[in-house]
Amino acid sequence: MYIQEQTDVETRISLEKEVVAEEMRRRYKVIVAKLGLDGHDRGAKVVARALRDAGFEVVYTGIRQTPEMVVNTAIQEDADVIGISLLSGAHMALVPMVLKLLREKGAGDIKVVVGGTIPPDDAEKLKEMGVAEVFPPDTPLSYIIKKVRELAEERRRS
Amino acid sequence: MSNISSIKTYNKELIEILRTAVEEWEREMRENNYRDRKDVFYTESGIPIKTVYTPLDVEDQNYFSKIGMPGQYPFTRGIHYNMYRGRVWTMREFSGYGTPEDTNRRFKYLISHGETGLSIAFDYPTLVGIDPDDPRAYGEVGVVGVSVPTVLDMEIIFKDIYMGDVTTNMTINPPAPVLLSFYVATARKQGVPDDKIGGTTQNDQLKEFIAQKSWVFPPQPALKIGVDLIEWSVKNLPKWNPISISGYHIYEAGATAVEELALTLADGIEYVREMIRRGHDVDSFAGRLSFFFASGVQVFEHVAKFRAARRMWAKIMKEWLGAKKKRSMWMRFHTQTSGVELTAVEPYNNIIRVVLQAMAAVLGGTQSLHTNAFDEALALPTDFSAKIALRTQQILAYESGIADTVDPLGGSYYIEWLTDRIEEEAWKIIDKIESMGGMINAIEKGYPQMLITESAYRKQRAIEELRKIVVGVNMFQSEPLEEEKRVPLLKIDEEKVRQQQIERIRRFRQDRDPAKWRSSLIELERAAMRNENLMPYIYNAVINRATLGEIMGALKNVYGEWSEPIIL
Amino acid sequence: MRMSPEELLKRSFEGDLIALSRLLTLIEFPAETDPEIFSFIMRELMKRSGNAHVIGVTGNPGVGKSTLISKIISIYREKGSRVAVVSVDPSSPFSKGSFMGNRIRMQQHSQDPGVFIRSTATRGAKGGLGIGTTLLIEAFDGLGFDKIIIESVGAGQIDVDIQNVSHTTINVLIPGAGDEIQLLKAGLMEIGDIYVVNKSDKPEAEIIYKQLQELFESENIESRTGWRPRIYKTSAVMGWGVEELTSGIEDHKKYLLENGGFKEIIRRRRVYSTKQYVKYIIENYIERYLDRVDKDLLEKISMGSVDPFTASLELVKKLITK
Ligand code: B12
Ligand SMILES: Nc1nc2c(ncn2[C@@H]2O[C@H](COP(=O)(O)OP(=O)(O)OP(=O)(O)O)[C@@H](O)[C@H]2O)c(=O)[nH]1
Ligand SMILES: [Mg+2]
Repeated sequence: MYIQEQTDVETRISLEKEVVAEEMRRRYKVIVAKLGLDGHDRGAKVVARALRDAGFEVVYTGIRQTPEMVVNTAIQEDADVIGISLLSGAHMALVPMVLKLLREKGAGDIKVVVGGTIPPDDAEKLKEMGVAEVFPPDTPLSYIIKKVRELAEERRRS
Repeated sequence: MSNISSIKTYNKELIEILRTAVEEWEREMRENNYRDRKDVFYTESGIPIKTVYTPLDVEDQNYFSKIGMPGQYPFTRGIHYNMYRGRVWTMREFSGYGTPEDTNRRFKYLISHGETGLSIAFDYPTLVGIDPDDPRAYGEVGVVGVSVPTVLDMEIIFKDIYMGDVTTNMTINPPAPVLLSFYVATARKQGVPDDKIGGTTQNDQLKEFIAQKSWVFPPQPALKIGVDLIEWSVKNLPKWNPISISGYHIYEAGATAVEELALTLADGIEYVREMIRRGHDVDSFAGRLSFFFASGVQVFEHVAKFRAARRMWAKIMKEWLGAKKKRSMWMRFHTQTSGVELTAVEPYNNIIRVVLQAMAAVLGGTQSLHTNAFDEALALPTDFSAKIALRTQQILAYESGIADTVDPLGGSYYIEWLTDRIEEEAWKIIDKIESMGGMINAIEKGYPQMLITESAYRKQRAIEELRKIVVGVNMFQSEPLEEEKRVPLLKIDEEKVRQQQIERIRRFRQDRDPAKWRSSLIELERAAMRNENLMPYIYNAVINRATLGEIMGALKNVYGEWSEPIIL
Repeated sequence: MRMSPEELLKRSFEGDLIALSRLLTLIEFPAETDPEIFSFIMRELMKRSGNAHVIGVTGNPGVGKSTLISKIISIYREKGSRVAVVSVDPSSPFSKGSFMGNRIRMQQHSQDPGVFIRSTATRGAKGGLGIGTTLLIEAFDGLGFDKIIIESVGAGQIDVDIQNVSHTTINVLIPGAGDEIQLLKAGLMEIGDIYVVNKSDKPEAEIIYKQLQELFESENIESRTGWRPRIYKTSAVMGWGVEELTSGIEDHKKYLLENGGFKEIIRRRRVYSTKQYVKYIIENYIERYLDRVDKDLLEKISMGSVDPFTASLELVKKLITK
């Protein structure tokens, strides 16, 4: 039986690969965060839920977070992706702070995506600064899931 | 008139003949191979819709108890006898951005284009009661509304606008008593007598927890502060609407029309009960309560919702809460066209959506209306987009003829049936909340939040799975044209606004009597601990030049701050 | 950015948060790591573990566990403790995804380097803790955190794991929790070390507080460590009663240290969690292979030509010799 063979490392690996449940595999972890005073949480919650239903482990921080809070959360959780939802127009002030803090703390490998009310020219600027992806209103959930998964995969590979 | 309610609108004989005729018609339709393009048709609230409606669908309805005449109980057709034939609804565009000077200019612009009421949109620091120099205000000053941390800012907004001539809505909640004090102090300074100060403070604290999320204090003290304002205003400002019980935010946060209706009424019940608990006769204040709803592109469902709302509130007030005066049973409401139904792609399509939504509001008998601008999903409106939004209302009011008779859809078999169905569904939710011990308990358990979150997700999935069509988004998509890509957007130089506002508040703080200022805040804190009505103390602090952040800070010392249960 | 296991450990001991966080991830998912590296890391950590005070917090959804933990953290931080929190949320059995909402209540500590919060999911485990939770406890312990607070998924009776891995188990109740009292009375709920009536800012809290008092006074109830359970009243939102609660937690720790229970619980925790792994692995093994082992036999069982018990003996034999 499995238990008896456990001393043999080779067998153990193969057995674990087979036996360990699907559940035990590491899933992609995403922080969904709302920065600043913005209370628009509909989109953040819809996206968080869609990601969960697509198999992600999602940490939702709730509203009124500071860049420090979000970055520290992502670090402690060893998140693959930080998803920031901002509909308050404060994105050009707050998102760069997140990027800067991540770099300063040596967590520049964590991907940052932004969703919400982001005018197209601001989206371009954010991407130049290092935001991996911007999802404006009306973005299909399936597209968001696909992109976030790609980014998480990319981080795991790095 | 004693047994009038037992008389059916349609007589038995007719109903019997009709029943056979409808069966015959159904058979004919089948025989001729008419097929629907979908398996089932639903309203957005999930009510299944039939092919056609006839008197059979409203056969039990009694005209007088369910519909009646406008201006008469149960007010299904409208609260006034002649509705818009007397006066068209108030055109009140929600606006405000940047500095008080910017907003003063925008207000004058709208008034000069025929707007008939004002509505102030505040920025985030103001909405949550902090000053522009608070570190949490970084990046947020003047961005989504106007920054009003002091009475001086209010004076600037109303420079050269005589406050005795306009009514103003203020979309403000936890800090509502402070902003109302700013407003009253400014009006008094302009020489407006108290009985001419008119307008509305949103001051609907409960829906903050449910939907808008600009809460500050926990539910119980939040309710206390809100009701303090109602109490004070009813006594001192006869023309002021102290509260605007809001379904709008609930709908926008994801609720269906039915849920919006039910949760709003349940909130309303809580406020009335609290006033009664404080010893007020229901008829002494109920006439001052006002409501606020969303209207959507699904025209019929929203019209039915408005009609059901009036009927239900009248019943609640009369039968549950003991109102005797007709005015206490009136549901007066403001409407805003739904923003969440507007899209970022092909933004000009939104102009057409807003027409439908505004039509629903007017056919539903609204007292005032805000129409969203076509750039809703992109940024705050520009002068140009705001102008089109206002013109939409004016065209409806003066060109379309829809304002020429009262409740033109009344008597439509479909509308009457749908009004009944929506009412029925809404009662179920209200009953559930009652069984939980009222709205505060329900909020703490997360029940309304759960309904909303569920519905929001369901709607999103429906769009995703093409069960709900949004033109340009999930059907008939197109490569954007240059004109669609380069929509001119309102840009706000936050850094500049913030610097100006910080400088202004700094000077404002220098220009006050420190002893009086300090003692006004200490008195406020003490009054809060003694559980007194706080309005006089807040007004006094305002007069002694306390700022918004300072006053809210004093209250936070006593009440603490709320943290929400997360429902996903 | 890959680090050698030695490097990872070294940096983690030095307090490098990034390294620490990666280390924890590695430990949370043993099946994804090379077994040799995994056992090396755990060996290093467990050389140093065995000192931390593990505090388990359980109670029905929404009773205020997270809010309360946040307040307890503040008090321990004032006293200079390093605090780790492992918060457990359920995984969806369908998508296997999870929604982790506990730390939102503890966000005030997110900037404090002396507090480390890790959200984890049940990932198929059934006793109220995650499959990696006990390993995380061992790790935090070895890394020198002196208080480790566990928030279980909060599902009342099935929250059995937490009692077995914690030194001090706190059961949080709220006004209107009559059902829980009944369960306690009937002996259907494990006896915690400390009972908290939270949300005592509501007047109804008095009722349940009294009921608990009566119950414990009349029945001379002891928790499994022989300690008489204590009852505290708190309001986590207002911060009332948390000082008292925390000193009660410390009293319990003292009690355990004095009677030798402290080390005993650590030994028990390790054996318990090993058993949990064994059960978990075997269960999954069965789920996967049972259907394939003997198709004919399964057919017979479903036809009713062999009874389930006899068939099960047969199947176990086959599974073992496979
Ligand atoms: C709904 C809504 C509200 C509701 C919010 C309810 C709630 N709990 O969420 C209510 C009515 C309460 C509200 C209030 C206000 N609102 Co509002 N609101 C909207 C509205 C109409 C729709 C937003 C929405 O929920 N859409 C549906 C969701 C599903 O879409 P979404 O959030 O865009 O998310 C999608 C993408 O953006 C992306 N995404 C979003 N987040 C994330 C996160 C991650 C991780 C990822 C990967 C993707 C992603 O994916 C989603 C799917 O495609 C928008 C305008 C619009 N049409 O967009 C205005 C809007 C955002 N509001 C606005 C304003 C000004 C306000 C107020 C400040 C008004 C005031 N002064 O009082 C208040 C503030 C309230 C508060 N506390 O924050 C402005 C903001 C202006 C700006 N940024 O420049 C807007 C743009 C309207 C406008 N043009 O004026 N609002
Ligand atoms: N009135 C009152 N509310 C409280 C108290 N403690 C927590 N709450 C509220 O109860 C809700 C749930 O609190 P949480 O701390 O998330 O409860 P929990 O037990 O961790 O919840 P789950 O993790 O979801 O099971 C939040 O809205 C809190 O603000 C309290 O002492 N009094
Ligand atoms: Mg919790």
